[in-house]
Amino acid sequence: MATLEEEFTLSAVPLGAGPDGLLGVEQSDKTDQFLVTDSGRTVILYKVSDQKPLGSWSVKQGQIITCPAVCNFQTGEYIVVHDNKVLRLWTNEDVNLDKVFKATLSADVYRVHSVQGTEPLVLFKEGAVRGLEALLAEPQQKIETVISEEEVIKWTKIFMVFRHPVLIFITERHGNYFAYVQMFNSRVLSKYTLLIGQEEKSVIQSFAASVDRKFISLMSLSSDGCIYETLIPIHLSDPENNQNQKVVSSLLLMTVASGNARRGVALAVLDQDHVAVLGPPLPASRECLSIWNTKFQTLQISKELSQGTSGQLWYYGDNLFMLHGKFLSVIPYKCEASSLAGALGKLKNSQDPGAHTVPQFVNWETSQGYGLGSQNSESSKRVLRRRKMEASVQPEVPASKQLLSTIKKDSEKHIEVELRKFLAIKRTPDFHTIIGDIVIGLLGRCKTEPSFYPRNSLMQLVQMHVLSYSLCPGLMEVALERTDVQMLQLCLQQFPDIPEAVTCACLKVFLSVGDSTLQETSVNMESVSEYSDAAHDEKMEAQTEILQNGFNPEEDSCDNCERALKEKPQATVEETASCPVIPKRAALLNAILRSAYSEAFLLPHLKDIPAQHITLFLQYLYFLYLKCSENATMTLPGVHPPTLNQIMDWICLLLDANFTVVVMIPEAKKLLLSLYKFVKSQICICSELNKIEVSFRELQKLNQEKNSRELYSIEVLELF
Amino acid sequence: MGEFKVHRVRFFNYVPSGIRCVAYNNQSNRLAVSRTDGTVEIYNLSANYFQEKFFPGHESRATEALCWAKGQRLFSAGLNGEIIEYDLQALNIKYSMDAFGGPIWSMAASPTGSQLLVGCEDGSVKLFQIIPDKIQFERNFDRQKSRVLSLSWHPSGTHIAAGSIDYISVFDVKSGSTIHKMLVDRQYMGVSKRKCIIWGVAFLSDGTVVSVDSAGKVQFWDSATGTLMKSHLIANADVQSIAVSDQEDSIVVGTAEGTVFHFQLVSVTSNSSEKQWVRTKPFQHHTHDVRTVAHSPTALISGGTDTHLVIRPLMEKVEVKNYDAALRKITFPHRRLISCSKKKQLLLFQFSHHLDLWRLGSTVATGKHGDTLPLSKDADHLLHLKTKGPENIICSCISPCGSWIAYSTASRFFLCRLHYENDNISLQRISKMPAFLRSAVQILFSEDSTKLFVASNQGSLHVIRLLEGSFKHLHTFQAQSGTVESMCLLAVSPDGSWLAASGTSAGVHVYSLKRLKLHCTVPAYNFPVTAMAIAPNTNNLVIAHSDQQVFEYSIPDKQYTEWSRTVQKQGFHHLWLQRDTPITHISFHPKRPMHILLHDAYMFCIIDKSLPLPNDKTLLYNPLPPTNESDVIRRRTAHAFKISKIYKPLLFMDLLDERTLVAVERPLDDIIAQLPPPIKKKKFGT
Repeated sequence: MATLEEEFTLSAVPLGAGPDGLLGVEQSDKTDQFLVTDSGRTVILYKVSDQKPLGSWSVKQGQIITCPAVCNFQTGEYIVVHDNKVLRLWTNEDVNLDKVFKATLSADVYRVHSVQGTEPLVLFKEGAVRGLEALLAEPQQKIETVISEEEVIKWTKIFMVFRHPVLIFITERHGNYFAYVQMFNSRVLSKYTLLIGQEEKSVIQSFAASVDRKFISLMSLSSDGCIYETLIPIHLSDPENNQNQKVVSSLLLMTVASGNARRGVALAVLDQDHVAVLGPPLPASRECLSIWNTKFQTLQISKELSQGTSGQLWYYGDNLFMLHGKFLSVIPYKCEASSLAGALGKLKNSQDPGAHTVPQFVNWETSQGYGLGSQNSESSKRVLRRRKMEASVQPEVPASKQLLSTIKKDSEKHIEVELRKFLAIKRTPDFHTIIGDIVIGLLGRCKTEPSFYPRNSLMQLVQMHVLSYSLCPGLMEVALERTDVQMLQLCLQQFPDIPEAVTCACLKVFLSVGDSTLQETSVNMESVSEYSDAAHDEKMEAQTEILQNGFNPEEDSCDNCERALKEKPQATVEETASCPVIPKRAALLNAILRSAYSEAFLLPHLKDIPAQHITLFLQYLYFLYLKCSENATMTLPGVHPPTLNQIMDWICLLLDANFTVVVMIPEAKKLLLSLYKFVKSQICICSELNKIEVSFRELQKLNQEKNSRELYSIEVLELF
Repeated sequence: MGEFKVHRVRFFNYVPSGIRCVAYNNQSNRLAVSRTDGTVEIYNLSANYFQEKFFPGHESRATEALCWAKGQRLFSAGLNGEIIEYDLQALNIKYSMDAFGGPIWSMAASPTGSQLLVGCEDGSVKLFQIIPDKIQFERNFDRQKSRVLSLSWHPSGTHIAAGSIDYISVFDVKSGSTIHKMLVDRQYMGVSKRKCIIWGVAFLSDGTVVSVDSAGKVQFWDSATGTLMKSHLIANADVQSIAVSDQEDSIVVGTAEGTVFHFQLVSVTSNSSEKQWVRTKPFQHHTHDVRTVAHSPTALISGGTDTHLVIRPLMEKVEVKNYDAALRKITFPHRRLISCSKKKQLLLFQFSHHLDLWRLGSTVATGKHGDTLPLSKDADHLLHLKTKGPENIICSCISPCGSWIAYSTASRFFLCRLHYENDNISLQRISKMPAFLRSAVQILFSEDSTKLFVASNQGSLHVIRLLEGSFKHLHTFQAQSGTVESMCLLAVSPDGSWLAASGTSAGVHVYSLKRLKLHCTVPAYNFPVTAMAIAPNTNNLVIAHSDQQVFEYSIPDKQYTEWSRTVQKQGFHHLWLQRDTPITHISFHPKRPMHILLHDAYMFCIIDKSLPLPNDKTLLYNPLPPTNESDVIRRRTAHAFKISKIYKPLLFMDLLDERTLVAVERPLDDIIAQLPPPIKKKKFGT
């Protein structure tokens, strides 16, 4: 949910803001520091968290700043333009603006743009753009005119797309609006005519824009109070025919602000789904700052600004800046990402030392953005809106697309080779979604082509540690169909979010698959160590007999319990060190034990497992328990063994789910008996421990009395 | 540095009274603590948790409730049915007033602080108006069937919640009538208990009433509908106390098992505005019942039968992770209960209702560091002096010659003369105390035992000459004009010419006993004085403050000494400043003028002013004797602070003669052994 926090003013001194408000608020090269340019002669550098100015610079009386100061992120210098043509460059150390570097240009400057990762760009009033370096090298160079005579630049913004700056500016002529997009990697300038809605008389009051990889989403707040969105492509299909295409706008939000506001309204894009609107919601009402969710068309939060604003709004980092009354106010804005995983059941225990970190949950918010900061990370894939575009766009063909097309036709071997090539490429931020797409592509072919099962490729993809169940929901189903236990084990180890139904289906497969088939597969055995090393070739049934009187060394300490055991001395002689299942099956079952689950969801599925399998699993769990209790730390040997808690939880779960069935089966009777004895012995131990505790306390009391007898003594102390 | 024979005394069987109530005052950051014997103590949380004031207890005045109202006014109520207001300046009881409702079980001040509400044994809830210098009965609320054990105001002051036995009532303050009666389930773990006592209630501003009861439950009720919203079973025993933070985002409850639970209002999911109360942290700092809890903005405060006052800072609320963020456990009073006659080697122990006089033993043997010497004569219990009447002893003192004992209760001053004839001892009470000597806050004898100095609770200081079997009033130093603040600490110079007196806030005054007038006032310092003494010969006044600073002030020169300035310039060692008990006694070595002896509850220190001061890099306390280090290294690493931590908890330490020390310890185990056994908890099984 979006929240607006308590606002605070940046300084107690009213800014020299003219009737039109401030010239601008711009980021500096240090986070938390912002350059505020008022419409008079002053530039102030504020540290927002301290709410105080760090520096202030003014131009001489008679001069006037015409373009907001910006920071050159590459050099850390500040740049300001006064009297339209005079460029000033200074640093934090400079005190007087008159004495700093000065360059007089040959044409009027509209704005200086500066973003991280590129040199500052100067946009002239006639539409030409120059890099700062080139301009400083030859300040008096001739500046061409780009826009026509009567056009006036209304608004401009710069983006970084694929590490290249893209500059957009909007001009107006006789109520018509034009958008110019200047690409710097290809030096292409494209011009678009904006066709704004059906309304005839609407005047655009404010613009805002964000960018994703292919489109600039231009939002405009019109005088009818609605927000329109226009998608402008960045990459043109036909670079030659780039002049004067038309783009239409679509209505994004209805009547968010009263159009005929006295001081104007402003718009800022917060993230891909949220916009901030500053202005009175109704013609008569006070001015408000409201946050709207464009996806759901809802008002998230609104805050009344009783002292009036200048109709200007800036958004950097997490802060919204505006002129409230006479002061520059900052309202921190937060929109926390909601996480599904936080709301659901147990997460996998990922404390294994030395283990790779499994992504705990997929963060959908960051997976798609393209590293331009939250402000620009417009990455919605809303197909509907895209259809409204007139300018058709040909998407570039990335490597992943090529791979996907390979998957559709080529042989398993070839896919494997291609995949290996693809994985060798550097990872992009959306790497895991691409991997997910590839897996889904592979699975899609599996479903249509029964003979196709690119096991090696899938294994390789799963081992990238970026997949989760929700990214490739079909994978485990396919593996279950083909009883590919190795793949299932891998998935159980890697995926943090397997539904309980699937876990249970895996358990069924693991318990039912024949020993001979198991022997042929290769299973990761690291969770099974020497306790089942002695490969048991005998059949399982033979071993269950041995296990019948689960003899626990702890039971020795308990006289009452021992009596029952003494009746069958010949049974107790036999040790229970043999495992009821073969090591490979044990490894698979361990993967189940170690996976995350929620009891409530697991219980109904456990009821579906056949009784024989339940008994076998119980026998195995009981065996593990006995192994655990053999050492003092109550742990199993091995690399990632199941913990005692996991074993106990599963025993309880299985008995809870299947008690009525297990009670009826004759084979399970002995097992239940030994479990019962085990519980009884635990109770005995506890009661014995309680008795011992009392005796110890008495001893302690005696000890205290002995100590307290030394009530008085004379000792020798030497201080050093 | 020196070798001493130490009389290690552990027979002072002092047991602090259990804590009954704590009340936190946000304005002054002070904490009022009442104990089961009726003593009320005021702790200044800003001054390193120093116990700066105390009001002596009274046998019949068991406090059941304590609260601050109208800013800085402190009220208590108890089972004798009286409401008492304390005078925080003069350190006495301003007035007491019968509420006429039988024993009072609960009291709460309104959110504005202008009204006081008491819950009585007869089921009545009475509203009092707080007027300047008095409280005035206003009216009764609807009478309940049983005693009202807990009360809480709604923050708006319009409603109150009252906990009785088996039910909670919600009253409308305007009409005084019951709006809702919320019945509490008596069932406890499936067994029907006889009664369910509501030990505490808290009314939150959203209308939620939180109750804690004898069945171990913490329950959240909706006061608008009178329905139960949520119930937490947290203990197998009673939950006895509850406190809410001012922001109402955190609740602390204390149980009879000694556990303190922290409840916090947290969001249901990471980003939703819906919040719910969640039990977050259990703290087990007590062994016995936690009778009372309080919630300061940064800490949970709890106290109970095991006599510890525990201040547990909340890490998320503490801004700087410094030593203030550490847990504080205050067990012993921050004043002296022991006085000592050096000449006769006597120790006088002060208990709440009696005094014990012991004579120390002796030995002829010698030994090296760490040896316990064989006793040639054991310590003797000479005298057990019981006070008459129900009042607790405020202060006591034995003269250095050992032939005078003076002590005082809240209404009477006693002076006794002791005669020693071989092994027999006889006591002669000096009767006919003058009218002005009614009650003393502090008593001190001069070094030659010819003069007695008494700080009365009106701010004046009386000087009395002691004659054989009688006395003569010499002079009274009146309080500075306009103040009635009592002087809590006294120090007299060994040559008998200077008397220093310190109040709780007004700084230290030095009087000339020769000319009987105020000599000077030591520059004021922000933190209260915890101990002070005047050095022989030099007449330097050494003052220890609660922030662990030590100053040395030259009385003849009326300025801080050079050494004190050097110390202030360089600063104390950080470990010295991080000690959490105040220095309670300062003394001097008669032959070594450069030495200052001082101690707190956990260490004893000799400061040698001739040695360089330690800086933060040097080791302040080295328990191991230097073994194979050469003399050069030893001399280079030697610094002014010689510390011993062998004796703890150390209640008193003084120098008997050049080579003999007396240390009075009170091991915590001995105190615990005298407390009733705690609720037994099973360690094994369920």
